[in-house]
Amino acid sequence: MANIKIQLPLDEKTAVSLKAGDTVLMSGIIYTGRDAAHKRLYECIQKGETLPVDLKDQLIYYVGPTPAKPGYAVGSAGPTSSYRMDPYTPALLDLGMRGMIGKGKRGSEVIEAMKRNKAVYFAAVGGVAALISKSIKKCEMVCYEDLGPEAIQRYYVEDFPAVVVIDTQGNNAYEIETAKYREI
Amino acid sequence: MLRDKIIKGVAALRQINAEDVTRKVKQLLIKANCEIGEDVLKALNDFKAKEPSDTGVNVLDQIIENNIIAKQEQVAICQDTGMAVVFVEFGQEVHIINGSFEDAVNEGVRQAYIDGYLRKSVVKDPIFDRSNTKDNTPAVIHTRIVEGDKLKISVTAKGFGSENMSSVKLFAPAAGLEGAKKYVLDVVSNAGPNSCPPMVVGVGIGGTFETACLIAKKALLRKIGEHNPDPNYARLEEELLNEVNKLGIGPAGLGGRTTALAVNVEFYPTHIASMPVAVNLCCHAARHAEGEL
Ligand code: SF4
Repeated sequence: MANIKIQLPLDEKTAVSLKAGDTVLMSGIIYTGRDAAHKRLYECIQKGETLPVDLKDQLIYYVGPTPAKPGYAVGSAGPTSSYRMDPYTPALLDLGMRGMIGKGKRGSEVIEAMKRNKAVYFAAVGGVAALISKSIKKCEMVCYEDLGPEAIQRYYVEDFPAVVVIDTQGNNAYEIETAKYREI
Repeated sequence: MLRDKIIKGVAALRQINAEDVTRKVKQLLIKANCEIGEDVLKALNDFKAKEPSDTGVNVLDQIIENNIIAKQEQVAICQDTGMAVVFVEFGQEVHIINGSFEDAVNEGVRQAYIDGYLRKSVVKDPIFDRSNTKDNTPAVIHTRIVEGDKLKISVTAKGFGSENMSSVKLFAPAAGLEGAKKYVLDVVSNAGPNSCPPMVVGVGIGGTFETACLIAKKALLRKIGEHNPDPNYARLEEELLNEVNKLGIGPAGLGGRTTALAVNVEFYPTHIASMPVAVNLCCHAARHAEGEL
């Protein structure tokens, strides 16, 4: 199975070329964020304030890592379930965010917003957090440091492994691929 | 004389220091979080050999490699190092000295999560104050008093990606075997990719509302490959595993035949009017460790 190498931030042209089911290796910048950070970003948007991070063409990785051991750039850092971020995601996509990395299903409003904004939903394999952390070379605090493992950080990644689950047209690998093997 | 009797009684008890409980709980939790059981590893390899999906094989390879890295480097298998659930079989001849038993367990949790570089994922109050307790306490502790003078401690680091997809239902007895089976399949099907398949499925049938949940969780502590000693339930486990793996969900939910590594069923007598069924899902990071004092 061929891995497609992609560079981040993710431009529209590359995003559109990706198809549900493709396996990719990503290099460049990703931002971390999960429940509490999303809530704050969303509140910022509702108040009409500028976000503390410019999300144009960026990907948010749903992750709350373990503390890094001495000598490590990051701790174990696998994806968390994405559906919990669904209520906040369409607003971020409408601001130009190009995609998300998480695991698990997404709601229909997220998928509609993805199609509207040509965004991609990637999954990293849940529970392979030690392996994934090897592709994260450096991390920097961006904002919301008080949230601990939920703070927004900037990760510099090399060959970060992921699968395109929902592409810019709304095709969904979870549905397409599981149908192939379903016997009951 | 009463005094003599008390002295005699105490002398018959085996004393265990609270500090030793702390040390044991700490060691077990770090081990559980960094070292997957050989049984899980073997099951992953066995299923990989039969997995028809290329993506499925790729995902299983990542999971196996991750487990090897975590053990070698003593880092967490998954970033969700869970809520600590501690099952204790407390020998009735044991006397804990120099501290309270529950405090000793929680101190073990605190030390494991701080010294072991594990994530602190517990909030103080589910609704009104979701602030982090910063040391992953309190643990959820289930104690059962048994015969003997030993303390058997089993810990599990329970991740919530799979916990959130778990479910319980109190059926009318008429639902029977077919109703129970369909429910298990529905819960797994609904969880799909969210509970990081391949999963271990813990099923608790019978008892009361809370018994069903508790024995479902207990079922998750069983080693993969071990079956319920009751032949009816052993057969049910096999049938369910077979059917769950026909759902097509596959590793990471990306399609394939490896949706569950095991289905473990526990049962308990129940009321004439009910058939409680609880399904507690656990991800492939089925982390538990057992020890004895
Ligand atoms: S469900 Fe399990 S493997 Fe998946 S993220 Fe949670 S703890 Fe980790």
